Amino acid sequence: MAIKTKFAEDQFKIRVEKKINDAFMRGAVANATDTINGRKRQLIFEMGNWEDWRSHGEEIRHHVLENLDYYLFQFSENVAKNGGHVFFAKDAAEANRYIKEVVQKKNAKKIIKAKSMVTEEIGMNDSLEEIGCEVVESDLGEYILQLDDKDPPSHIVVPTLHKNKDQMRAVFKRKLNYEGTSKPEELALMARKVLRKKFLEADVGVIGCNFAIAETGSTTLVTNEGNADLVADLPETLIVCMGMERIVPTFEEMEVLVGLLTRSAVGQKLTSYVTNLTGPRREGEVDGPEEFHVVIVDNGRSDILGTEFQPVLQCIRCAACINICPVYRHIGGHAYGSIYPGPIGIVLTPLLDGYEDNEELPYASTLCGACTEVCPVKIPLHELIRRHRDIVVERGSKKAPFMEKMMMKAISTGISNPSLYNMASRMAFSAVKPLTSDGKITKGIGPLKEWTDSKNLPRPNKERFRDWFKKHKGGAR
Amino acid sequence: MQQGTIQNRDAFLDTIARKLGRSRLASLEAPRWKHHPQEEFMKGASPDELLAAFKQNAAGVNCEVTVTTKAEVPQTVYGSIKNFGGGPVITWKDARFEEWFGLGKLLKEQLPGENIDVFEWDYTLGQQNIERANTAKCSITISEITLAESGTAVVFCDKDRGRTINFLPENSIILVPKSSIVPRMTQAARKIREMVKNGQPVPSCINYITGPSKSSDIEMKLVVGVHGPVRVNFIVVEDL
Repeated sequence: MAIKTKFAEDQFKIRVEKKINDAFMRGAVANATDTINGRKRQLIFEMGNWEDWRSHGEEIRHHVLENLDYYLFQFSENVAKNGGHVFFAKDAAEANRYIKEVVQKKNAKKIIKAKSMVTEEIGMNDSLEEIGCEVVESDLGEYILQLDDKDPPSHIVVPTLHKNKDQMRAVFKRKLNYEGTSKPEELALMARKVLRKKFLEADVGVIGCNFAIAETGSTTLVTNEGNADLVADLPETLIVCMGMERIVPTFEEMEVLVGLLTRSAVGQKLTSYVTNLTGPRREGEVDGPEEFHVVIVDNGRSDILGTEFQPVLQCIRCAACINICPVYRHIGGHAYGSIYPGPIGIVLTPLLDGYEDNEELPYASTLCGACTEVCPVKIPLHELIRRHRDIVVERGSKKAPFMEKMMMKAISTGISNPSLYNMASRMAFSAVKPLTSDGKITKGIGPLKEWTDSKNLPRPNKERFRDWFKKHKGGAR
Repeated sequence: MQQGTIQNRDAFLDTIARKLGRSRLASLEAPRWKHHPQEEFMKGASPDELLAAFKQNAAGVNCEVTVTTKAEVPQTVYGSIKNFGGGPVITWKDARFEEWFGLGKLLKEQLPGENIDVFEWDYTLGQQNIERANTAKCSITISEITLAESGTAVVFCDKDRGRTINFLPENSIILVPKSSIVPRMTQAARKIREMVKNGQPVPSCINYITGPSKSSDIEMKLVVGVHGPVRVNFIVVEDL
């Protein structure tokens, strides 16, 4: 799948329009984000010193990034000392090659996985399926999406947000000959039965890593289902995949970040399961992997280091910015066309995947700054989004759509002044209207001509998020 | 323990250092943090206050909490097993079951006498342990460190203390000595770091267990018991 989802083929505005018209999706997203945000607010209120927690989270992440080579060295030394193997992969191809080697050496055919964003990013499932492996997702939501012909996730934490239980029942019926009802408990029980067998017969397990602990060479994974534990404990071979920035100095910083993550992600003090793994099983131990591999992935991250975008690597993948984002709330995760949606996706996707196909993403934001306010590690998200817009305009100085320039100007001068902004973005639509057919700009004038010949430029949405929001605010819960 | 391999490290780390605009770091002073929010939580709380917080928080995450005394542990555990619908039962091989909790008679005589199968983890039996865990109805394990803030048991694995015991059976009984309750994960992390400093190896697996397995992936409705246990009963022993 890599970083682009199958929806990336559609132009951004088309994706947005499709999703804005999906009433179930909008209701589900609103409901989920309200639930999570509400639980989270309560926890934060109880803590009293949330700002101090955020500052601590930020200083830890900042320190780690500044000294990343040191901590990765220490971490890898300790993994090896515990008997584990470490592979440093500079890109997706290297990571997949190593993972395939491990799998082939074991003659493994059955792979079981627990949620890992980085394996999505590198397209690991496809790479293993190409060599004839069966790769099974064990997270309930991911499993349902996988059964449904690999429907892409729409949210980092609740991947199935866009799907209702009747659709899920239909998938189970089609793929598992399920005859039961669409009651969540019954659907989950069916998945439990099928997946329990998969856990027990798998040759290789693959899990992600929320935090790697340098001092001990341990990994940390946070789940509510306990699926990652069965993946880690039952197969003979375990592969842990992690982005290179996912590191902390010691157990003490790990626990601080775990607390920030679980509160921010799902509004829980801790999830049902948090697990530290330190190397393969020891002598005499019966469960746990005999072979323990850690794959540390760069895949474009090091290019972010030392740049103004470095703070995005502080991210602990909690999705708080996604849940608070007014634009995400209305367009849902699929519209972004990336496995990383919402504000974090807008910042990260062009950095990992290039600007070429993602020029419109930075405009899927009102720059209201809510994302920056909720980030538990204080990433200045909306400022980085604004910086992306500058770059999009700078990059296209010769052929950049003047529309975007104009929007950009309107936003940068008008953002502090709602009426100016309103006027400018409304103008943007009517100014370009004479050139459009079927919602796309097909006729170019002057410098625009060449560009529109090779690529249809989407017209600015005539109904701006602001108008849309105003109109729907009453009906949306 | 056989040393593992490390591949491609130098090129990878050189790139990182170069991007950071410096050469590779050979040493680094331990960081001194400006913020310490974790110190404040339940600072100076008494054991009773910690227990009260643990009970409240564990109950809040779909766990059952029973407080008992050392003398009554066997009866309480028996009741819990019955409540879960009986055996088969699986336990670690751990001397503390008898020495601390006085469970020897219950596990070795009384339950088998009632035709309730009790299997004790025995690493020499290999894979059979996992098969027994998979068919067991109920597991019994012990919390090493217990977290008041979140209602969490911390369990350490070992060759006689299998990991999957806490995940495969439908029901979990976790014994909690009251003295093991600390304010939050902060104190657990420190204890584990102390172990490391004293030259003890970190267990190959540490599980922080906060309630049964659950998911909200179907229309955000809470479903309890997805892959792991459906029910968790913490039995807190007041005089331990």
